[in-house]
Amino acid sequence: MLLALIRRFGQMIFVMFGISVLVFLIFFVTPGADPAARIAGRNASPETLEAVRKSFGFDQPVWVQYYTLMKKLFVTQDLTSFVNRGWKVVPAVIDTIPVTLSLVIGAAVLWVIFGLLVGLIAAATRGSWIDKSLMALGLIGCAMPVYWLGEVMNLITQSRYHDSWMFSWVPPLGYKPLTEDPKGWFLTLVIPWITLSILYIGLYGRVLRANLIEAMQEDYIRTARAKGLSETRIMLRHALRTSLISFVTLFGLDFGALVGGAALLTEVVFGLQGVGKLTYDALQNLDLPVIMTTVIYASFFVVLANALVDVVYILLDPRVRSA
Amino acid sequence: MLEVRDLRISFRTEHGRVRAIDGVSFDVAESEILGVVGESGSGKTISLLAVMGLINDPNAVIEGSIKLRGRELIGLKASEMRKLRGREIAMIFQDPMTAMTPVYTIGWQIAEQIMVHERIGKKAALARAIDLLAEVNIPNPREAIERYPHQLSGGMRQRAVIAMALSCNPALLIADEPTTALDVTVQAQILDLIRKLRRVHKSAIVFITHDMGVIAETADRVMVMYSGRVVERGTKAEILLEPRHPYTKALLDSIPPLEGEKPRRLKSIPGSPPSLLDLPKGCSFGPRCPSRFDKCAEKPPLEGGAHAAACFLKAAP
Repeated sequence: MLLALIRRFGQMIFVMFGISVLVFLIFFVTPGADPAARIAGRNASPETLEAVRKSFGFDQPVWVQYYTLMKKLFVTQDLTSFVNRGWKVVPAVIDTIPVTLSLVIGAAVLWVIFGLLVGLIAAATRGSWIDKSLMALGLIGCAMPVYWLGEVMNLITQSRYHDSWMFSWVPPLGYKPLTEDPKGWFLTLVIPWITLSILYIGLYGRVLRANLIEAMQEDYIRTARAKGLSETRIMLRHALRTSLISFVTLFGLDFGALVGGAALLTEVVFGLQGVGKLTYDALQNLDLPVIMTTVIYASFFVVLANALVDVVYILLDPRVRSA
Repeated sequence: MLEVRDLRISFRTEHGRVRAIDGVSFDVAESEILGVVGESGSGKTISLLAVMGLINDPNAVIEGSIKLRGRELIGLKASEMRKLRGREIAMIFQDPMTAMTPVYTIGWQIAEQIMVHERIGKKAALARAIDLLAEVNIPNPREAIERYPHQLSGGMRQRAVIAMALSCNPALLIADEPTTALDVTVQAQILDLIRKLRRVHKSAIVFITHDMGVIAETADRVMVMYSGRVVERGTKAEILLEPRHPYTKALLDSIPPLEGEKPRRLKSIPGSPPSLLDLPKGCSFGPRCPSRFDKCAEKPPLEGGAHAAACFLKAAP
């Protein structure tokens, strides 16, 4: 089991290395374009271009350029933006991480809990009106675009009904750091959490229900019934445990992507300065160093999340351990 | 100890009501092995699933009477039935490969059953699981409880399943083709094991199979089923040596003889079992029966006391 874990993390390092090389090639060695001009941004002065050339070592061999970039990203962390003069990119990205993590982790807790509940209740009451209405609600949840839902939420909690007893507690949009103001942190994030999680609750509930119903047809469920176990125990201990595999797979992919910036729409709607918002702004000014950094950061997160998913597999399913 | 009287099971379907079991009656005495033989679809498994209370289909209609030690099981509350399952009646299924939950250890799964039925701690339950695994001849039972089902061979898995079924000392053990999915050598070991367990645990055993050879090895009494009815029942010797029903005879004829001249072709029963949707009037074996005569247009009753056959032939001159 330990061997499987070490091997999995070894693979992860290898994949991350591959990604860094790929990103480097795309941004720096694409034929037909001067990387210095692109990094310097639109209408850059010749002096800036010269400075960029020098600082990224574009006069040196490709592998030295790769080394220089990686050093700037991970060791000295002094990659600077030329669009926003002198702005240090790496600290800027690191500053946005807590915002995105707060948003995504909170939403993930909500969607895992409610996704499990919806899936389990629907599977247990299969065919009844409870099942049917939960599935219909799930479909509606999946169908609502998050930017629209977010705006509606804002309309209700920030303007129309803000003065009513129900939503007077909702603070103005923005982010308050957890370490400085835990209560403010929580209150500002409640509505974004709900908004972001609704889509995933619907999706996960539906997937889990289908998996549970499939698992309930298995021979070992019949054995479990023959053992005299209660239906609740059969569902929770025998069917759910084997159904969690695809739930966890989905979770790893979604969580990784969201932390990597896919929560952009939610961040923009609720004025949260997260990784997604940062990437979005950088794209608007073609601020290449920032884009590059967030791309690497995002892909690393997806890879890390997937490695963690595989570790959870190993815990969930003994058959994976020996393989 | 088990008395089944006039058991009828039917399913509501789009094509109307399909009768899967039509008036089946049988008894199982204490520590007796009853063999139930029949082709696929003859209703042998479903009638015993009914005894377990494991027919979950909401479209199933179950009528008649099933009494375990005098207690009526049909219409029993689900929670009461659950207490009986696994403790009083246990069942072993055909395919040991898929019979256990893949994500828990053998020991955990056996201990789970014990803990559901008895007030017992986890340690004590696991200790009992070790004893049970030793009893079914699994080598190194102390290590085996830590194993997952996929780490055991088919024969070992079936032993583990049997150990689990025996964990609460059931009065009745239903074995549904427990050797069909196994190698022949392993089959013989499992049959030995089942006979030994009957001696040690004094459980009554209902052994479902389509293999007359297995019946010859294990059963005390035999019940032959065809399209949802009992066509013949008697002691093992009666059924194997003096079969009365043409279907039983045909089943026995389809086994290659061990001694003497081998037939050039093995005998088979012409045709296939009738669809439950469209059962022939009268004797359901009639269309395939070599000795069919006029009277077979009526439904033959199961008559003849201890060795009974549902056939008019025996009565005919």
